[in-house]
Amino acid sequence: MNGSVFTALDWGDVFFLGEAALRTVQISVIAIIVGSLLGVLLGWTLAAGGWLVRLSTSGVLDVFRSVPLLIQLILFDSFVAIAGYPMQAFWSGTIVLSVYCAALVAMVARAGIENVGRDMQRASRSLGMSYLQTMRHVVWPIGLRTVFPSWIGVSLSIVKDSALVSAIGYIELLRASQILNTKTQESFKIMLLVGLFYFLISYPISRWGDRLERRWKK
Amino acid sequence: MIQLENVHKAFGALEVLKGIDLTVREGEVLSVIGASGSGKSTLLYCVNGLEPIQTGRIVVDGTDVHGRGTDMNALRRRIGMVFQQWNSFPHLTVLENVTLAPRVVRKLSKKDAREIAISQLERVGLGDKTQAYPSMLSGGQQQRLAIARALAMEPAYMLFDEATSALDPELVGEVLDTMRMLATDGMTMIVVTHEMGFARDVSDRVAFFHQGVMEEIGPPSEVMLKPQSEHLQKFLAKVL
Amino acid sequence: MNYNFLWLPVFNALPELARAALVTLEVSVVSMVIGLGLGLLLCFARRSDRRLARWPASVWVEVARNTPVLFQIFVFYWGLGEFGLFLSSYVAVVSALAFNTAGYMAETFRGGFAAVPETQLKAARSLGMSFIQANARIVVPQVIRAVWYPMTNQFVWVILMSSLGMLAGLRELSGETQYFNSRTFRTFEFFFAAAVIYYLIAKLVMLGARIIGWRLFRGQPL
Repeated sequence: MNGSVFTALDWGDVFFLGEAALRTVQISVIAIIVGSLLGVLLGWTLAAGGWLVRLSTSGVLDVFRSVPLLIQLILFDSFVAIAGYPMQAFWSGTIVLSVYCAALVAMVARAGIENVGRDMQRASRSLGMSYLQTMRHVVWPIGLRTVFPSWIGVSLSIVKDSALVSAIGYIELLRASQILNTKTQESFKIMLLVGLFYFLISYPISRWGDRLERRWKK
Repeated sequence: MIQLENVHKAFGALEVLKGIDLTVREGEVLSVIGASGSGKSTLLYCVNGLEPIQTGRIVVDGTDVHGRGTDMNALRRRIGMVFQQWNSFPHLTVLENVTLAPRVVRKLSKKDAREIAISQLERVGLGDKTQAYPSMLSGGQQQRLAIARALAMEPAYMLFDEATSALDPELVGEVLDTMRMLATDGMTMIVVTHEMGFARDVSDRVAFFHQGVMEEIGPPSEVMLKPQSEHLQKFLAKVL
Repeated sequence: MNYNFLWLPVFNALPELARAALVTLEVSVVSMVIGLGLGLLLCFARRSDRRLARWPASVWVEVARNTPVLFQIFVFYWGLGEFGLFLSSYVAVVSALAFNTAGYMAETFRGGFAAVPETQLKAARSLGMSFIQANARIVVPQVIRAVWYPMTNQFVWVILMSSLGMLAGLRELSGETQYFNSRTFRTFEFFFAAAVIYYLIAKLVMLGARIIGWRLFRGQPL
């Protein structure tokens, strides 16, 4: 080495990165699952609720889509701290990311339900199916198909946005790479590795989503 | 028996049914004719409770359709409906389209539902298409599928809302034939239609609607050949 | 809750925050304009017959869409250092946002062009219009119509994402907020104010885009 105080990238560092990558996956998966469940319920509310419920729900959800996620993270993290319930960055990050995901999924879910249309619902009701049976056997499967590709898009954006949780001190993949950058000064190699990780998750899934969309359009 | 007593129905300020009195007996085929916007389709939606009414009563086999505490879903089991847009469920095969409601509404076993479905599909001439998806069928076939789907609930009544209006001309015949066969089998039917030939040849009675009012009703030989009201005379002159 | 909210420092800092909000807008507008231009180029390159044009464009689009923006900002800000290329915060953030926007807009433009049937161009040519006339008067207006709303969404998104400039030392709205936070430790109050300002900007931009869109495309069906 050229006499530098920095050390080269070693296996310990790779392990450190791998662990951080796992944390990125973990926080993303939890946020996507919780956010999607919540988002479908909210989307249903948006599609089927009375006008007052619809208006207030969409107004609240709109806030999450009009304020930077970074600011949402910092605000929530500092709010629970001053409220006297400080949280680990993992948990406050997961909560904010879940709610953010729910706000995005709600729009997708509403579009899915509205796509199915009143005529289709009437046809199903005329067969004697109840509202819930119609939802479960007709609206849900048809709607799911039309918006599944959009849902994949939302999920992938959550995986990418999970990088922001580093701002409140959670050491996920991107943050870990920065720590290594300062330690090893092999910044470009590490960045390439990190970028590749995101790309290898996101690219195949988004291609798969595009293919599904094209096939289902026929 | 389907009985309507002084039925009024409005969408906001727009009154679409202005006091309809009508009785459809067991085994009867009633055709409803009239210009679009005359309220004839709305009539069907009200009969199976898909639309509320403002005043009056609709009674099906002694059950008040819009009464408090009426089990709508139970009632709709007895009333099959076929729409202008066939609304086949695109995510299910032909067979699954027909077995869905018997399974989830009538709680039939898979095997029983399948038996009924296949016999109804054969009845409408789709016995060889059970594994196809609706997108692979022609409009006429999809409409016959919709008929089989309704029949699989073994309803006592069938309502047809302009079932052939959205079809290409060359596909109208096969659907009318299916409806004719149902009539011959003794099904009680209310058929909203623009097909004057069907109304004349198949129905026991024909009702003429004009701007929310039932202006004439009677056997086809009277209503269609000796129209009394000026509106009906004009209407027939235009469509025949 | 034993916390006393203290809003006075926030009020005192409002002029600075407002100035920083202008920086946010400037960064966003510049990124958006560059991104739109590059996106259009990428879209054409991907439709080109030459492999040498198609390939790099596709790589650009896929990398932009499949890695986090924060990662892209870091690459421009730190990653290029290894090649002796040190960009200022401002240039790094604008480059990253423009890089990202170009990737997304290339796809949007592709959809926009696909929305205009080829027969439109032929019909225009059959009336005696030149290729350029037919494109300028018939095709492009329809493409703009098709991409207008995705484009405004992208712009709002750029504004929100420019907040990541804070993590690369840029003193836009978030960076300025963070600066005051580090001096006063009134994290919640300051970031709450920032959130309100972002919300207002986002709403104003959406409203403006709707009004412009409404005037541009008056009477045209969606």
